[in-house]
Amino acid sequence: MPRRRLIYVPFWATYVFLYTPIVVLVVMSFNAGKSPYVFEGVSLKWYGELAGDDTVLHGLVNTLIVAAGSTVLSTVLGTLLAVGMARHSRSRLLDALGLLPAVLPDLVLAIGLLVFYAAVKMTLGLHSVILAHTVFGLAFVAAVVRTRLVHADTSLEEASRDLGASPLTTFVRITLPTLAPGIAAGALLAFTLSLDEFVIAFFTAAPTEPTLPIVIYSMVRFGVTPEINALATILLAVSFTVIIVAQRMTRLTESLS
Amino acid sequence: MTTEHDIAPPGAAARPTTGRAPRRPRALGGAAARLAFLGPGIGYLIVLLIVPLALIVGYTVFRRGRFGGVVYEATTENFTRLFDPLYFDIVVSSVRTATLTTLIALLIGYPTAYVIAGLPRKWKTIALVAIVLPFWTNFLIRVYAWVILLSGPGLVNETLTGAGLIDEPLQLLYNQGTIVTGLLYSYLPLMVLPLYAAIERLDPQLREASANLGARPVRTFWSVTLPLTLPGVLTGCVFVFVPCLGNFVIPEILGGGRSIMVGNLIRDQFLKARDWPFGSTLALAVIAVLVLLLFVQAWAARINGGAEDRRA
Repeated sequence: MPRRRLIYVPFWATYVFLYTPIVVLVVMSFNAGKSPYVFEGVSLKWYGELAGDDTVLHGLVNTLIVAAGSTVLSTVLGTLLAVGMARHSRSRLLDALGLLPAVLPDLVLAIGLLVFYAAVKMTLGLHSVILAHTVFGLAFVAAVVRTRLVHADTSLEEASRDLGASPLTTFVRITLPTLAPGIAAGALLAFTLSLDEFVIAFFTAAPTEPTLPIVIYSMVRFGVTPEINALATILLAVSFTVIIVAQRMTRLTESLS
Repeated sequence: MTTEHDIAPPGAAARPTTGRAPRRPRALGGAAARLAFLGPGIGYLIVLLIVPLALIVGYTVFRRGRFGGVVYEATTENFTRLFDPLYFDIVVSSVRTATLTTLIALLIGYPTAYVIAGLPRKWKTIALVAIVLPFWTNFLIRVYAWVILLSGPGLVNETLTGAGLIDEPLQLLYNQGTIVTGLLYSYLPLMVLPLYAAIERLDPQLREASANLGARPVRTFWSVTLPLTLPGVLTGCVFVFVPCLGNFVIPEILGGGRSIMVGNLIRDQFLKARDWPFGSTLALAVIAVLVLLLFVQAWAARINGGAEDRRA
């Protein structure tokens, strides 16, 4: 029996390892004192400081613009590509091209795009980040939509074609509605990935228009302040809520269908 | 919405009325439809992925300009510099750090995934979501949390002095071990998930058969469980190794700028030294290591697949 118990040691160690830093961050965000290490009583003052921090708010607005822009582009391009790959191509090379942005280290993509923007003499700004995030965003949307396409029944599309509908009509009236849940999931994934993306944004954003992760990076680098803890706690709360809601929604749609 | 096709068993739609493969049915239109669907995505990836990668590869044979930029004059000096011990040692030690992190992740991740796979259904979902949750929070903040934890007056030192194990706070930050901890913390979920998927798929009857034939649990693990979950092990290792190798944020925040990795070197060539040709050469070295790794993975997966065929 003690032998069987032994395997629970790394299991629990994993969860302690994953959650201790998060708990400390959250607790310290309510610290009344100035030290990020020693707890001196409960207060919300760091949340107040954060609310008045224009740099953080500016970064947040930029991040939302970038995420929204790249999600729209990724969803359109990724969905078309997924349908094209599943229905109009047998190329293994194309499959590899579609996977490449997901397996390439972000740093390599980041410097590649920096070099490319310089070569075509494009000025950096939010648009350059949107274009950059679309590279991996469309790959993830395509991957998610494709898994749905592979399982999808093709006979409806064939029926539509046999009854004389044009490819465009078939796509809009049959394929798209069937794929809607996959497209939504892909778009959500692209949006979340863009919100949190740092390395590529760091290389392709203009210094005057940083995204929120870039703002966090400079905060973390130049001094430790409890304001970061407050920001971390808010971001944690948002991510956790989104994930739990998404989880509930998938379960709901599963039970409905 | 329930149509007759939803009820039909999988594969029924591909009944040999037409003799087509079920996965890739006939194209829904001619070349025009092909172009309309594939054109935009492929075009986008060619312009913003293939061309940039080609530029990086191309720049490796050119000289840097005096004020940054590139002089189009062929040279091999970037590669000579790459093998200069000053830089090559950093590449080697980065590979070592990434390998060490991957091994530790495997050692912790495997038993964790194994336990999760054996949990009752409800707890399984909760355990899996709990593995992924930290992954969806900001990466920089997760790294920063370790600065708070490991600093002189931080929680770890407090606990150790409180327990009477040490008298003075330890210098836990800014060394190789801190970097490995940060990398492990950031990418451990990427190891657990593919391992879980592989272990979950495993037929419990195989383990029972092994036990019934007299094998002890350890023997069953080495001869049955581990070989059959090897593809998951390999996937997990690649998922962890790749982001570790190119990382520059964790070495900077947790390494204190003293112990740098190849990612920091690349970043500095592009943003500080403005030596793009040499930065591109370092990036190419990283790509080369990763391509090698993917070949090893494909090779190991094929050998393993062959073993499975023989067993069947």
